Amino acid sequence: MHLSKSARYVLALLTSITLLFIYVPLLVVVINSFNPSKTFSWPPSSLSTLWWSKAFHNEGVISALMTSIKAGVGASVIALLLGSGLAFAVARYEFFGKETISLLVVLPIALPGIITGIALNSAFRIILQPFGVGLGLFTVIIGHATFCIVIVYNNLLARLRRVGSTLEEASGDLGADTWQTFRYVTFPTIRSSLVAGALLAFALSFDEIVVTTFTSGAEIETLPQWIFNNLFRPNQAPIVNVVAAVLIIGFALPVWLSQRLSQGAPAGGRI
Amino acid sequence: MKTFSVWLYQHRRGRLALLLTAPMLWLVVAYLGSLATMLVSAFWSVDTFTGKLVKQLTFNNFSLLFTNHVYRDIALRSIVVALLVTVIDVLLALPIALFLAKVLPIRFRNFAVVLIVLPLWSSYLVKTYAWRTMFSNSGVLAWALKPLGITPPSYGLLATTLTLAYLWLPYMILPIYAGLERIPDSLLEASGDLGASAGKTYRNIVMPILYPAVIAGSIFTFSLSLGDYIVVKIVGGKTQLFANVIYDNIGTAGNLPFAAAAAIFPIVTVLGYLFFVRRSGALENF
Repeated sequence: MHLSKSARYVLALLTSITLLFIYVPLLVVVINSFNPSKTFSWPPSSLSTLWWSKAFHNEGVISALMTSIKAGVGASVIALLLGSGLAFAVARYEFFGKETISLLVVLPIALPGIITGIALNSAFRIILQPFGVGLGLFTVIIGHATFCIVIVYNNLLARLRRVGSTLEEASGDLGADTWQTFRYVTFPTIRSSLVAGALLAFALSFDEIVVTTFTSGAEIETLPQWIFNNLFRPNQAPIVNVVAAVLIIGFALPVWLSQRLSQGAPAGGRI
Repeated sequence: MKTFSVWLYQHRRGRLALLLTAPMLWLVVAYLGSLATMLVSAFWSVDTFTGKLVKQLTFNNFSLLFTNHVYRDIALRSIVVALLVTVIDVLLALPIALFLAKVLPIRFRNFAVVLIVLPLWSSYLVKTYAWRTMFSNSGVLAWALKPLGITPPSYGLLATTLTLAYLWLPYMILPIYAGLERIPDSLLEASGDLGASAGKTYRNIVMPILYPAVIAGSIFTFSLSLGDYIVVKIVGGKTQLFANVIYDNIGTAGNLPFAAAAAIFPIVTVLGYLFFVRRSGALENF
């Protein structure tokens, strides 16, 4: 389409405004984390790292961070096992109901989080509680794993479809057994997609709050839950600012790095 | 180990069963089972004295939801907000996607896409919190607009809608950008050579091709907005959306059956939306 010069300038201007709209709020949070004042006011009167050093010694933050890491690792490990099983089955075998699997696996993430959350909550309370299993880290991991399976599944399935099965057949023809073929042929070709899937699953779990709220019970608190619970407490505001700033920078770096390494845009959290 | 490996080699069905059993048990029993439990519990009630579940068939939850005008208003408000968010995102996404795909030189394109995708990955809660500081009475918007004599909106429905639009914007930009990139420049030049103006080319060539991409994006913006209760809690002031009804009945009220009955509304609405866009023929191009 031949766009006139003025049309191009208008598009460039609109794009710049939208980018400002995207980045200014994030920048404000980062700058504000260096605001020494206890109450929020913009612009900050001076800058200091006072609250940064306090945040790193805040017990609530550290224990919430630990809970989030445990939940993320647990959920990614389960998602890795279940998601790769599904991906191998769909990529390499024909069986009844194969088309349904792609729908079933995406359902926990396609439905709003609150649906998955209360479905699991009602199941845990009605079915698990009579057996003495209360809500806690265990149920959070189950909840997170449920919506992380699709991440590992999608990553691995794309890789398996791309490389095909000719190498594995050649390995079998040359006398390798199932285990050897997997160890020496299949695994090296899928390793990086497994790492990518696990990292994305961890990131998704680390950031999740809705399903977490409905499956965590009163005993434990993940980092997003800590932020949410302290958001409305005025005297915790400076610490919340620092945690938010750390998360903004901490999330940006790995995505930027993976982009530089893979030269392809990583898909969004729920896509 | 050796004998098992040999057995696996000889039994294709055995290998398939080994791969499928655990994930299918998880998804069907744990996940679909949970959804089924939720649907069944929507027909139960809670004993008001003991707070225990009464597992007897009742339609009270549904009749309360349908007859009480409070719930009807909240449901309507949620749908309007979800639609507004979708419209805002389409309006913001179209020019930026057009600029990225058709104006920006190719060597800058990947970098620009990363700029757009990067905030998609930063924490959902932190982004919402960022808008809380923007809309705060002593916040950035109030400070920036003060010289102009404008008072920005405080926490409320408008702040909620804008924040939701902000959160889901990349989900709209990415499919539209991908759709635009697939349109070859020669097609657009042909339209121009045959005498169409830029506006006419846009209406008759670009829009029909983009339509499925916009629908794809709208599925995210619509259903994510409809299921959200956190944003409205953080920047919505006293406003309530439908997901808050579900949340409050699980949390403070402890009325699981009523929450389960209420949860059916977003499920039905999202499925209805999918059906509506499918009838328009937009999903066939996926």
